[in-house]
Amino acid sequence: MRRAPVATDSSGVALITFFDFNHRIQDMTGIVAVPEPKTDPEAELRSAPPDTTLERLLMGDEAAACGALDAGISAAYAYPGTPATEAFEVVLRHSARAGRPVAAWSVNEKTAYEQALGVSMVGRRSLVVMKHVGLNVAADPFINSALVAINGGLVAVVADDPGMHSSQNEQDSRFYADFARILCLEPRDHQEAYEMSRAAFDLSERFQIPVLLRLVTRLAHSRSAVVTLPGEPERPIAKTTDPKSWTLLPANARGLWRRLVEVNRELREWSEGCSFNRLEWSDDDRGLGVITTGIAAGYYQQNLPELGFQPSHLHIGAYPLPQAKLRQLAARVGCILVLEEGYPYLEERLRGILPTPVEVRGTLSGHLPETGELTPEAVGIALGLASRPGIALAGEPPPHRPPQLCQGCPHRDTYAALVEALRDYPQSIVNADIGCYTLGALPPYSAIESCVCMGAGVGMAKGASDAGLRPAVAVIGDSTFLHSGITPLIDAVKAGTDMTLIILDNAAVGMTGAQDTVLPSTRLEPLVLGLGVDPEHCRVLDAHPRRVPEMTEALKQELAHPGLSVVIAVRECIEHARLEKARARRGR
Amino acid sequence: MTEDFVLAGVGGQGVISLGALLAAAGRSDGLEVQLAEVHGMAQRGGAVQAGLRLSDKPIHGALIPEGRARGILSTEPLEGLRYLRYLAPDGVLVTATEPEANIPDYPPIEELHARLNALPHAVLVDAVRLARQAGSRRATNVVLAGAASPYLPIRFETLEAELHRAFAAKGEAVIEINLRALHAGREAAACPAL
Ligand code: SF4
Repeated sequence: MRRAPVATDSSGVALITFFDFNHRIQDMTGIVAVPEPKTDPEAELRSAPPDTTLERLLMGDEAAACGALDAGISAAYAYPGTPATEAFEVVLRHSARAGRPVAAWSVNEKTAYEQALGVSMVGRRSLVVMKHVGLNVAADPFINSALVAINGGLVAVVADDPGMHSSQNEQDSRFYADFARILCLEPRDHQEAYEMSRAAFDLSERFQIPVLLRLVTRLAHSRSAVVTLPGEPERPIAKTTDPKSWTLLPANARGLWRRLVEVNRELREWSEGCSFNRLEWSDDDRGLGVITTGIAAGYYQQNLPELGFQPSHLHIGAYPLPQAKLRQLAARVGCILVLEEGYPYLEERLRGILPTPVEVRGTLSGHLPETGELTPEAVGIALGLASRPGIALAGEPPPHRPPQLCQGCPHRDTYAALVEALRDYPQSIVNADIGCYTLGALPPYSAIESCVCMGAGVGMAKGASDAGLRPAVAVIGDSTFLHSGITPLIDAVKAGTDMTLIILDNAAVGMTGAQDTVLPSTRLEPLVLGLGVDPEHCRVLDAHPRRVPEMTEALKQELAHPGLSVVIAVRECIEHARLEKARARRGR
Repeated sequence: MTEDFVLAGVGGQGVISLGALLAAAGRSDGLEVQLAEVHGMAQRGGAVQAGLRLSDKPIHGALIPEGRARGILSTEPLEGLRYLRYLAPDGVLVTATEPEANIPDYPPIEELHARLNALPHAVLVDAVRLARQAGSRRATNVVLAGAASPYLPIRFETLEAELHRAFAAKGEAVIEINLRALHAGREAAACPAL
């Protein structure tokens, strides 16, 4: 194989190539054969002379974060969530070293977004990072922030999870951007994730709206070489001179809504001419037009050499949609194939309801699968290419190997006790939440019966109890409790609901890589008591294999109590403990 | 041309780090690189898979198309079988032989080895034993890198250099263990009886 030349910068010096052996992965996999970072990419980036470029192997979500750092953000906020977590970890590492920007995990996506909004109001740039379902939590400030006159650039990096690698749904954040009537950028590759992230801050300030940068798992969690450019300094504080444009009283909001509608006209115009949306005509398109968005462009290009002709191609990386370009393409071809990752956002709009003169192919026409990730094979088949079978597996397919709670995980002990405590009841309900402990739904415990969204278990158990089913049990992790479990608990306190809430306090956000919970364990009990839970029925237990009989007994008592009980089962996540030890060894 | 490799194993066996090592080495050799990783819930004893794409031209997309991979590198025999649909008819499967039987319906190991040996081009390496002999069981993934090295478009010296750089902070002893593991893997692949 021919080797690509090593790129050089203008001075002829070879660009520094290095690899960020992501600490989290290293620590999560827990093996010796994990290299220490050879060098610290971000440190190197910062120490680079102002006119040099650097090349690094970055994950897509890291590339987006680097773009934000280089855009001179003053603050960044996030709640952990796959596949967005690593983006914020890059910012945290940089912040720990350089002292700027201000960065810390927030209690949830809504509080994160609101803090970013405050930064913007005083004229500085801010980043907020979340997974797609996190935007549901932040939807209130997100939608309303479209109306205020954004001052310092505000960019929300939102990572969708088509294929549901680690999520409960496949929602497509482009709809949110559309709903809020703001600008959405969707990178096609790692380099563009970096570039769009930087550009997003300029666009946010130019149009005075927040900008949503949409990532998908396959980009967020793959690595490729990214060339980063010299960074910009932070903006000075320049508080808005027009507080009315930030005060959504109906009288102000009406004017601001009219402004947003006006801005949308400008956005559509901008979208037609922007370099992220490119229309390429082909003399040999045989009547076929292909529209790609985001990373679908790569799958299309991958298949192109086998196609034998060149369709006319419109790539879309920026929304609102470039309508004139879409019409131009439709005027020339007989058939349009839409390749987009996620919901059929574009396809639905092209189809509309009334018949179209052009045939539109996509997921709704059955040419592509309606669920799951887009794949190069699916794109090839939609283009009419034959699939290439791999090696056929003779005999039984390998049995599934689902993820499991770690050996030694404290949740194991709590579940063992809970299953035992519920054994004698003819019926019961256990509503759980989102975290490692959701794995308690699988054998051997099969201890939980629902998982809907962050915090849902608490309200659901209350509802089940209200409906008359007892015992009703809610199981929630400490971080999820702080994220969204406190407010439904207040409802239960007020109603004196007969239910038992078990807070699994492992001092960590285990599933996303054992980040610290925002409040230390010692603060949970006072918090619960402060809400008005009866101290007689607020118990703190040690979640330990040796203590399972004791826990079982305590749970039996609280299940029998005809009122609200809160049981806090405490023991540190073993991954978290290991990480802490490693950090102590490294001396930080 | 693009050469694709599926990396497979069980959470905790160092599949992602193996990918990181090979990706960095590929880049050092001047190749374009894409490495797709799956994180999140797959970290706890579940099946883990990564895709490594190496090319002398720009690579479009991180996903490996089915039926085209040059090789599958697996740190565990059952996981080696899981992704066969990605393997090109002339591709090679390089797998560790030691089972990680953390599921109740794990097939009998002899049957598994027989199925692997029946493949057109399979290299079975007792990577765990070789890693132990090299000094640490945890270098199993590096043994596998060595066993796969004849099939990778990466120079062996680059892999060595990459290990030197990667473990520089851990000291000579750890570097030596990993280098021994890499060499042991290469020799075992050349002479499967080892
Ligand atoms: S990461 Fe922590 S919380 Fe999650 S399963 Fe492992 S020990 Fe339990």
